[in-house]
Amino acid sequence: MALRPDLAIIADAVPPGARVLDVGCGDGELIAALRAKGVDARGLEIDPANVTAAIARGQSVVQGDANRDLADYPDDAFDYAILSQTLQTTERPDRVVDELLRIAPRAFVSFPNFAHWRVRLALLWNGRMPVTRLLPVAWYETPNIHHVTVSDFRDLVRAKGIRVERVWHLSGDRPTSDAAASWRAEHAIFLVSH
Amino acid sequence: MASLLHQIQHQSVTIAAPLALDSGQSLPATTIAYQSYGALNADKSNAVLICHALTGDQYVASDHPATGKPGWWARMVGPGKPIDTDRFHVICANVLGSCMGSSGPATPDVATGAPLGMAFPVITITDMVRAQALLLDHLGIARLHAVVGGSMGGMQALAWAATYPQRLGSALVIASAARHSAQNIAFHEVGRQAIMADPDWQDGQYYGSTRAPTKGLAVARMAAHITYLSEEGLTEKFGRRLQARDIKSFGFDADFQVESYLRHQGLAFTDRFDANAYLYITRAMDYFDLADPHDGRLAGAFARAKDVRFTLVSFDTDWLYPTSESRRIVQALQSVGAAASFVELSAPFGHDSFLLDVPALDRLVAGALGSGF
Repeated sequence: MALRPDLAIIADAVPPGARVLDVGCGDGELIAALRAKGVDARGLEIDPANVTAAIARGQSVVQGDANRDLADYPDDAFDYAILSQTLQTTERPDRVVDELLRIAPRAFVSFPNFAHWRVRLALLWNGRMPVTRLLPVAWYETPNIHHVTVSDFRDLVRAKGIRVERVWHLSGDRPTSDAAASWRAEHAIFLVSH
Repeated sequence: MASLLHQIQHQSVTIAAPLALDSGQSLPATTIAYQSYGALNADKSNAVLICHALTGDQYVASDHPATGKPGWWARMVGPGKPIDTDRFHVICANVLGSCMGSSGPATPDVATGAPLGMAFPVITITDMVRAQALLLDHLGIARLHAVVGGSMGGMQALAWAATYPQRLGSALVIASAARHSAQNIAFHEVGRQAIMADPDWQDGQYYGSTRAPTKGLAVARMAAHITYLSEEGLTEKFGRRLQARDIKSFGFDADFQVESYLRHQGLAFTDRFDANAYLYITRAMDYFDLADPHDGRLAGAFARAKDVRFTLVSFDTDWLYPTSESRRIVQALQSVGAAASFVELSAPFGHDSFLLDVPALDRLVAGALGSGF
């Protein structure tokens, strides 16, 4: 099965030999791709069925909650921390970003852009919380408790003095230009550092 | 009867060199009884050591010589099983202090030839591991692909990583802990007192006599057995149902099914276990605290074990070694940068879940052993 496009971008950007923690690693899809290119990748995942699947694949994954359990890792334990499609589900995304950059000097953070034109249009015309391809769950049961836009995230990292090393914008699973990304990107991947 | 138990012949080796123990005492010679399954490969890199629990034995995947029952982990170990004997050379040794052929309280004194009884030195979990290392030296196996254990077996796997980190590739620790809690010690003390309060115990020198402390040992087993099950499991299995009667007897017979079950478990246990061995092994577990030699910092125990891959599994209904104890180990491992996996599985059987039908555990064990091989 082809790797999810945002994961493929991250897998491509991590150099072989790096030590990586994938926070919210699911059943280990990205870890498998990283290990295949010689990356020492480990995971943290909240769902025990996913953790079991990842360990059954021979991966090192710990059942835990990104809101609390990142504290158990020492400073700079990894070269990269990865948080893909999980930021918007955390209790305090700002603190999670701090933790990512405590346990690693660099972090990949990817999230669905809540300012994508479809989302804006749905809210504007229907007056209802949007249900889209990347945000498929109704407001009352969505795990996405902190919707975030590309501009919001840029504001957050600027306020924290965090450096943005690189950004990838995706639309319909394909890269889209940075111009008007706030409107046009369904999905953003940031590589940030201290 | 204990006397019959000690007449069984087991495959064993005797290492004539003295074995220094944590207590400061030493054993002049150490006998280790063991079973092995599957072929050792040419470069001796496929050995997996399975460590058994308190009342377990080396017959992990073969019929028990006293009871005739299948091996205690036959569902996990064998050709095509999660611990695949077509791939791995599996070794399981009877722990030091036990009663299935390894040195223990029934071992004869070299001078007098009489069983040592309570003159056998108190041993620790790490002493058990040292004895296993002697066995591997004898077998010419320098390094283990993995050490696997549940409950007290998990404690040995942890002690392996702490004591001989260069001798194992990975440690698989199931339903276990890095220390015995006050509650764990308390339950064990109930069991020991039941044995020692039995007049047939005779200060441990019952081996040559016609009497053995089977009543005390049975009570010890009954108390311990409760701790291996979940309240939910007991309720589901027995509830308040009466045993072979329609009305309460207003007496002290086993009115309830759960009483009858426990009495049976207690009695059956005395056919396959020695009371003194029970005292010694429970003591070893109570003394277990991997953080103790490191000023209470568990991470200190794993400082040299960074290159060992750890997999820890707990069960949500296990109140004997609860998930919090596994998490504590994971935190210590993460703080030293060791590769660790951990998951809490959902299973209804309490502590005993590690021995029973939990398909997710099978997948985990296979995965944890398969990688890097």
